[in-house]
Amino acid sequence: MAERSFKAEVEHLRKGTGDVFTGEGILALTKALLENGVGYVGGYQGAPISHLMDVLADAQGLLGELGVRFEANASESAAAAMLAASVHYPIRGAVTFKGPVGVNVASDAIANLSSSGVTGGALIIVGEDYGEGSSIMQERSHGFAMKSQFWLLDPRPNLPSMTKAVKDGFELSEASNTPVMLMVRIRSCHVTGSFETRDNVPPPLTVRDAVANPQSDFNRVVLPPMSYLHEQDKVKNRWPAAEKFITDNKLNEVFGPEKSPIGIVVQGGLYNGLIRALQRLGLADVFGQTEIPIYVLNVTYPLVKTEFDAFCEGKDHVLIVEEGQPDHIEQQLGSFLFKSGRKIKLYGKGVLPMAGEYTGQVMLDGVTGFLKSAAPDMLPGKVRAPNAPAPDIPDLSKTVPIRPPGFCTGCPERPIFAAMKLTEQELGKHQITGDIGCHLFGSLPPFEIGGSTMGYGLGPASNAAFDGGGERRAISILGDGGFWHNGLSSSIGNMVFNKSDSVAVIIDNYYSAATGGQDVLSSRAHNATKSTNNPISAALKGVGVEWIRQIDHTYDVGHVRAVLREALTTDYKGPKVIVASSECMLNKQRREKPVRTKAIKDGRRVDIPRFGVDSDVCTGDHACIRLSGCPSLSLKRLDDPLRDDPVAHIDQTCVGCGNCGEVADAAVLCPSFYRVDLVHNPGRFETWHARQRSRIIGWLQTRRDGRRLRLDGAA
Amino acid sequence: MNLQLPTAAPDARVGAILKLAIMAVGGQGGGVLTSWIENTARASGYDVQATSVAGVSQRTGATIYYVEMTPHTGKQPIFALAPSAGDVDVLIAAEMMEVGRAILRGFVTPDRTTLIGSTHRALAVSEKTVPGDGIADAEEVRAGAEIAAQRLILANMEQLAVDAGSVISASLLGALAGSGALPFDREDYEESIRAAGKGVEPSLRAFAAGFDAAVKGEIKETPKTTGTPRMIGSETLLKDWHQLEARVAPMPEPVRVMASAGLRKVVDFQNCDYGTAYLDRLDRLVALDDAAKGWLLSIEGAKYIANAMAYDDIIRVADLKTRSPRFARIRDEMGASEGQLIQLTEFFHPRAEEIAGLMPAGMGARAESNPRTMARLESWFGKGRRLRTDSLRAYAMLYFLGGLKGYRLRTRRHAVEVSHLESWLERSLAPLEADYALSVELLRCRRLIKGYSDTHARGLTKFETVMNAAQLLEGRKDGAEWIARLREAALKDPEGKALEGALRTVRSFV
Repeated sequence: MAERSFKAEVEHLRKGTGDVFTGEGILALTKALLENGVGYVGGYQGAPISHLMDVLADAQGLLGELGVRFEANASESAAAAMLAASVHYPIRGAVTFKGPVGVNVASDAIANLSSSGVTGGALIIVGEDYGEGSSIMQERSHGFAMKSQFWLLDPRPNLPSMTKAVKDGFELSEASNTPVMLMVRIRSCHVTGSFETRDNVPPPLTVRDAVANPQSDFNRVVLPPMSYLHEQDKVKNRWPAAEKFITDNKLNEVFGPEKSPIGIVVQGGLYNGLIRALQRLGLADVFGQTEIPIYVLNVTYPLVKTEFDAFCEGKDHVLIVEEGQPDHIEQQLGSFLFKSGRKIKLYGKGVLPMAGEYTGQVMLDGVTGFLKSAAPDMLPGKVRAPNAPAPDIPDLSKTVPIRPPGFCTGCPERPIFAAMKLTEQELGKHQITGDIGCHLFGSLPPFEIGGSTMGYGLGPASNAAFDGGGERRAISILGDGGFWHNGLSSSIGNMVFNKSDSVAVIIDNYYSAATGGQDVLSSRAHNATKSTNNPISAALKGVGVEWIRQIDHTYDVGHVRAVLREALTTDYKGPKVIVASSECMLNKQRREKPVRTKAIKDGRRVDIPRFGVDSDVCTGDHACIRLSGCPSLSLKRLDDPLRDDPVAHIDQTCVGCGNCGEVADAAVLCPSFYRVDLVHNPGRFETWHARQRSRIIGWLQTRRDGRRLRLDGAA
Repeated sequence: MNLQLPTAAPDARVGAILKLAIMAVGGQGGGVLTSWIENTARASGYDVQATSVAGVSQRTGATIYYVEMTPHTGKQPIFALAPSAGDVDVLIAAEMMEVGRAILRGFVTPDRTTLIGSTHRALAVSEKTVPGDGIADAEEVRAGAEIAAQRLILANMEQLAVDAGSVISASLLGALAGSGALPFDREDYEESIRAAGKGVEPSLRAFAAGFDAAVKGEIKETPKTTGTPRMIGSETLLKDWHQLEARVAPMPEPVRVMASAGLRKVVDFQNCDYGTAYLDRLDRLVALDDAAKGWLLSIEGAKYIANAMAYDDIIRVADLKTRSPRFARIRDEMGASEGQLIQLTEFFHPRAEEIAGLMPAGMGARAESNPRTMARLESWFGKGRRLRTDSLRAYAMLYFLGGLKGYRLRTRRHAVEVSHLESWLERSLAPLEADYALSVELLRCRRLIKGYSDTHARGLTKFETVMNAAQLLEGRKDGAEWIARLREAALKDPEGKALEGALRTVRSFV
């Protein structure tokens, strides 16, 4: 079950014509799919569209009623390949994943799909993970549209525009026999707002009906000579058809005065940011009524020359607001102008930065820079001649520490990395590669384990150069999500086939945890619509791994270290794979807390563990923290003039995972830690027994205290 | 409200868009807070838009939520999706360094921003891993906030929420309501909490606490000092204690606080005779000291001699673990009520070194010099032990060990500690006549010795390294400064990389 449940919100997806939907962008997109007669949906989770997958999973009841098939695809590649159903059948299909990394993975299928062309509308909803809050390399998905000739929508970030883009996308796809990618940025996915709903429409032809009446046409197969024809078809027929549809239906929008010597071209997704800059300069009102003409590209590929030419008519200066690099749009529009022989001055990268997110300040500076040169009279007085000095706010950049993401409190991956760090202290530094997933946080302090990440499921594959072994074996990390996504074949299969002498550690936390706790094949939970409980170790055996060690309790740091040591020192020459399994603590707590609370309420015996530190025993060396980094293991300053350094302290958010005690033991740190089990509703005998013991202990304590001096309260 | 005076008058309604940003640490419930605010505004007839950044930054990292609102007109306003520097009306920061980050990013400006911040700290990993004291200076942030914010509301919102049995999102919402920065009534906010329907009562209590904090201003946290800790014991023993205390009274005034604290520590560690030995050592320093120098030598001596004398041996740890206030303290920390039981597990991992240290001095020394004996000791004792100190057997064992004080002064460990202490004192005092400051700095190097087992050994190595550097620096005017610098460097990282670098610099000029 996913981290966030949308069961309540999913009811809003039943709204009909005349109703108003209020909520998040992700839900609005789902609603729009249903209103537009989608026949099948699928995808692969990843920020920022993880919740779209969660919404679809939670909406399976409704999807079933409408005859819509939902598939939680094994990867982005699998998701894109599913769109093949729209090649021969007039069925609308939609899949979702993140960009550009998901698009990278899917690009093989997308390229083939784009060559074949589609009959039913094929929509790929891409969450573009770029700018603040992104967790991946900073690139654009735009280039994929250009190389494979599919169309790219980038609607204005409000619910009416985004839901309209779904409708436009399907229609454009069908009108031009081309798949369409609908791009939504990080914040657009979670932007809230309202739109008027329409009735849901069941697909005119369901996938069930279609599979009963199979169709095929070798002309659509990507094989010569048909593939040459596909290319010609793209350029001669599908592209012009797309341009015609875009202009006929006014998918792109023009705002502001008709006549002006200046204008701005903007990607739809950046429209609000641009308007905010103009609002701050007094050049647009609260509703976006602008004094500068704006050409909004809700379709960023293909660019329609006739529309652009018309917009440029009578203008001397045009600014292009295009986020990220390369500046595909600016290059294309520049080429349009050059070919038309026009003498318009083009602004874009230069007044705006080539790289990085167009934040509020960047946009304000960029537009100001453009106007300073193109129309200085339009700028407010204060910008032209600032008189008040900026307030002198102290520089806190040296004070405020960075706060990158890290393992949650009680995370089962923490002890694995603690064991790896201890192993490295014992055997020396090793060549270690990481993978995508929560476990990549292991590469950050305090562990600093792993020096690269090459893509999802590619941890062991990225160590392939070292497969031949050497004085110290290479180690790679792979998560359960990555294992099933791609790792089984690309990483493990590669190790087996090449007789790798390396070590792979598969971190199995029962979920695709980093993306929000979705189930994977090896999840331990029962899932009504998906097959779970398929052990990773069985899959490993199946592809021919012989040396497998299954660890069922990752918190046993000493054991994990012993297994690692064995893997690194054994005489066995083939691939050595360790499967380290313990449940994601975030999901475990979510699952167990209500059960526990109820048990306590019902009067049943429950013991709840938590850790503590004796501050008089702790010397403030923080060695434990360097093997943990747990949010609940922190520091406190003591009210004691004899102490220089703060001591370790565990706060009430501790979930008693055991890492502190295990690390103190395995690393031989110090005796400061203790574990407390608070027993709720103890049995009668237990209580009696405890009372007897504490009576004797109390007697011993009083006896000793009578014979010595001691500091009041010290312990 | 507007920063510019444009030639074209800006739409007055643009200024009416209220902009609110929330900066939090992943897992603090920023999403819940955002939806409460959003629902309050919508129910009060506002057009609202909220955005957030999901993804891995949610996993304990710094994260940001953003809300814009303006009175409903029937026409869709254009809202931005992210906050801009200099363009935020209300900034809520759910942690003190996030307050700092908000200021750093320009989201808090004196012309308009109401800053609502929680003063509590959720330490970043980089602050916690430093072997010394790496905690960022919250006072600098507070000073910055006072300048940057138009209106400042600071309180320990985390504590207010925890005391009310809730989470920080509720107390922050209360503070927002109390600030009056948004045009909604207290009841409007409370209604949103009720409508959400989860943990309503605790949330409302925390909300009220946050509201009051905003209205009445920050309640200064009374530091939990119980005054000077007292020595307790039988009448006879206390008489000896008072005699010892009387020896502190004639010491120079600045020395007394530290001398009293040190005396309490060593007497608690052993007994009054041990206290006498402490004061004898301290008296020597006082006699060599100088009022003109502010008695620094004696103050630092009082501190570090006490720390050196109250070393962390098995006996001390066992004693502390078996004292009665500890059991009460732990019950209190856990919030254990009358009918609930506490089970207590201690994590011990003795090594051969600790066992040898517990032997009589001569025997221990012989054991330590014989690797085979040490290996045997390691195989007998050297493994992790989990002791249930709520059980009689484990308690009795620790109780016995904790009671070995009478024998302690004859152990190998004691002999080692005494000789180390004496040599440190001699080496520190050696340059005293020529360079008082250098002596003080060398005394302070005792700070480097802490931790147990490997950490302790590394500390000792660093201590030696810095002490030895004194010879390199002898006769230099800036010798003391360099020792201080080397010591600070030694506290920067566990491996001693910074120390190595600093030492290389020293070698380059001597």
